[in-house]
Amino acid sequence: MEKTRVVVVGGGLAGLMSTLKITEKDIHVDLISLVPVKRSHSVCAQGGVNAALDTKGEHDSVDQHFYDTIYGGDFLANQTPVKGLVENAPGIIYAMDRMGVMFTRTSEGLLDLRRFGGVKNRRTAFAGATTGQQLLYALDEQVRYKEVLGLVTKYENWEMIDLLIDDNGVCKGVVAQNLATMEIKDFVADAVVIATGGAGMIYGRSTNSIINTGSAAAILYQHGIPYANGEFVQIHPTAMPGDDKLRLMSESARGDGARVWTYKDGKPWYFLEERYPTYGNLVPRDIAAREIYDVCVNMGLGVDGKNQVYLDLSHLPTEYLDRRLKGIMDIYQTFYGDDPRKVPMKIFPAVHYFMGGIHVDWNHQTKIPGLFAAGECDYMYHGANRLGANSLLSAMYSGTVCGPSVVKYVSGLNATAAETIGNLAELTVKKQQAEHEKLTKMEGKENPYKLHDEMSDIMYRNATIVRINKNLEETDVKLQEFQERWHNINITDFGGYSNQTVMYVRQLRGMMDLARVIVGGALRRNESRGSHYKPEFPKRDDENFLKTTLATYKNGAPEFSWEEVDISLLKPVERKY
Amino acid sequence: MVDLKNVKYIKLKIKRRDNPSSPSYWQEFHIPYRPNMNIVSALMEIRKNPVTADGQQVNPVVWECNCLEEVCGACTMLINGVPRQACAALTDKLIEKYGDRPIQLEPLTKFPVIRDLMIDRSKMFDNLKRVHAWVRVDGSWAIGRGPRLSEKDQSIAYEISHCMTCGCCLEACPNYNSKSDFVGPNAIAQVRMFNMHAIGRTQADERLEALTAKGGIQDCGNSQNCKQVCPKHINLTAHIAAMNRQANAYVLKNFLDK
Repeated sequence: MEKTRVVVVGGGLAGLMSTLKITEKDIHVDLISLVPVKRSHSVCAQGGVNAALDTKGEHDSVDQHFYDTIYGGDFLANQTPVKGLVENAPGIIYAMDRMGVMFTRTSEGLLDLRRFGGVKNRRTAFAGATTGQQLLYALDEQVRYKEVLGLVTKYENWEMIDLLIDDNGVCKGVVAQNLATMEIKDFVADAVVIATGGAGMIYGRSTNSIINTGSAAAILYQHGIPYANGEFVQIHPTAMPGDDKLRLMSESARGDGARVWTYKDGKPWYFLEERYPTYGNLVPRDIAAREIYDVCVNMGLGVDGKNQVYLDLSHLPTEYLDRRLKGIMDIYQTFYGDDPRKVPMKIFPAVHYFMGGIHVDWNHQTKIPGLFAAGECDYMYHGANRLGANSLLSAMYSGTVCGPSVVKYVSGLNATAAETIGNLAELTVKKQQAEHEKLTKMEGKENPYKLHDEMSDIMYRNATIVRINKNLEETDVKLQEFQERWHNINITDFGGYSNQTVMYVRQLRGMMDLARVIVGGALRRNESRGSHYKPEFPKRDDENFLKTTLATYKNGAPEFSWEEVDISLLKPVERKY
Repeated sequence: MVDLKNVKYIKLKIKRRDNPSSPSYWQEFHIPYRPNMNIVSALMEIRKNPVTADGQQVNPVVWECNCLEEVCGACTMLINGVPRQACAALTDKLIEKYGDRPIQLEPLTKFPVIRDLMIDRSKMFDNLKRVHAWVRVDGSWAIGRGPRLSEKDQSIAYEISHCMTCGCCLEACPNYNSKSDFVGPNAIAQVRMFNMHAIGRTQADERLEALTAKGGIQDCGNSQNCKQVCPKHINLTAHIAAMNRQANAYVLKNFLDK
């Protein structure tokens, strides 16, 4: 039998953790990434990572972490996988510490912990306000060492553009394109891991990075793999408004003492503290975002008459702030000019995280044998709303599940993909080369970037904090118009080398497909749950909607069905903060 | 100082190149002025209407960017001759500082150009391999707590761990060029971080061996340019000085042990 080959697509935390786990069993990985893996979007995560380490004398526990996560997610997350997530959290944090992550320390030299939203205990380990960057760098270093050992071959600046799925419905690899030379090449593999993150670019401006188009997830969806809970998009309450990006101002600011306020009747009004006496500024993100929206849009009380309120750190000691929050204060000062140590920051909610994603089983395998997904691009751990600092955890944890699942799967194969694939790889490469040729010759009238702007504007208006059925219906009609107009794109870049526009036009098609999944799912879910809020249906409706939404691609459009949620460990109760 | 109220266009003069082997050329673009833009958002406007200042329809400008908040390092380029991240280069500030003349954008000069402002920095990642920039652990398993670390050591190492491998320090370093062996200031600082970690320290000799080999720390000419341009304000010269001490001690020890 030939040597086993595995492909991992995506070099953020989930992709690197999967790679590490697979190579630790001496199986070679081809690692495909749009950017040098060290520049992946995981660097943008700031505030920390949750684990019930219970080092603060607060009787924190794995059970409490489980309860907070399920309750915070409004009971839509499958409970058995979440149990695994919280149980393994301390072990993962300690392993990352051994790898050299420069976590912030206590005076005794232990990992310090801070409080986060939807939680009463200090449970969040952190490295200042750049925790994602530090965790990513540690895994980047570990994988670089595996590269030196010959266990990893990196294909950085390559983009996955198709899957190799044979007639028996088994995954045999991917097809990817070199973003410099534009070469299209097959990567035949016995198993494939998709770890490609979220899709904030559907909304244009968000807290996400430029590469977060969801294009890989869209390719899986187009191949018939269901996309689950697409309508659950997290809106982060505190981002700084910007021309090109809505830059995240971490929840850890509030965890460390920041207060949210605006003026009412000429006096500061701490509306979160007033409305939620128990959790105050640390209510979960969906609630904080809705309250800020309400204060600005419905009450017209935004600061300076604009859609913005204050996030205020200025009452806290400078030395304390510099030690714990320098990362975000630097970003605010660089991009806005004001010093958050001295004056309150101005913030407004922004699209931040996709709770929904590729449907996988509890081993992170999709319905296609040999095709796995991990990290933000899957749908597993956060239900209807993700708690802050659970995303770095789920990104890493899903890699620790996915990696060993891949190892188990490939160990059970009787023949390698290379031996059994026939001419599938060759045919798919040819098909994609023809597709590429076609894209390079698009000479219609639409500028793709302007078309994207139109789509993201309407998505922002109608598919974020407040959802109204009439608007969702209109949006779905609009999206179909955009899909028509996509065929009339002018490629604008006629260069044969490093043609970013051709790749972008491919991604735009995927974004349009996923936008319809988000809108269609939202339209059908006539209730309010977690991040999904409909004033027409303000209550949660467990009888009809305690279900995972599944969108399956049929004749170019999503077809919707529903799946039961695993509630075997905790009986759903009303969610109140 | 220019009054931004009178500014009608953001003018960009961009050094372009179609592919790695073709010659470079300059083009100028005028983007209708909007407040609060940065170089990335200005380049994004060009994509929406790729027409030069003299009315010529051209291919849109190619550049790298990702996070847009100065933590990924992708969008590094020369902006009016200074190596820095394009996302954090605010156009209002540039116009206030340099006046109404075109803002000049060029790819970094010490790395191969792929197209326009896009460069290949893979050599920087290779240099991290040379200095063994990792903690060699037994595995990623959950085998208990990591080592303790003092707040003081953490604060030194945490500063170093912000390095985005962006290339500004190498661009500014007179001792580094596209043909040189020098590992560069960033890689030297990384060694200090790994040598401070309780597990990493047990492997310090491997890294010091690399730093005292050809292209190592002795190639630093102490011009101190690196520190000036580091966007993360990493005190590179202090870290290089600390590593000089470690490297000297290592060489001396090896000599005495012979």
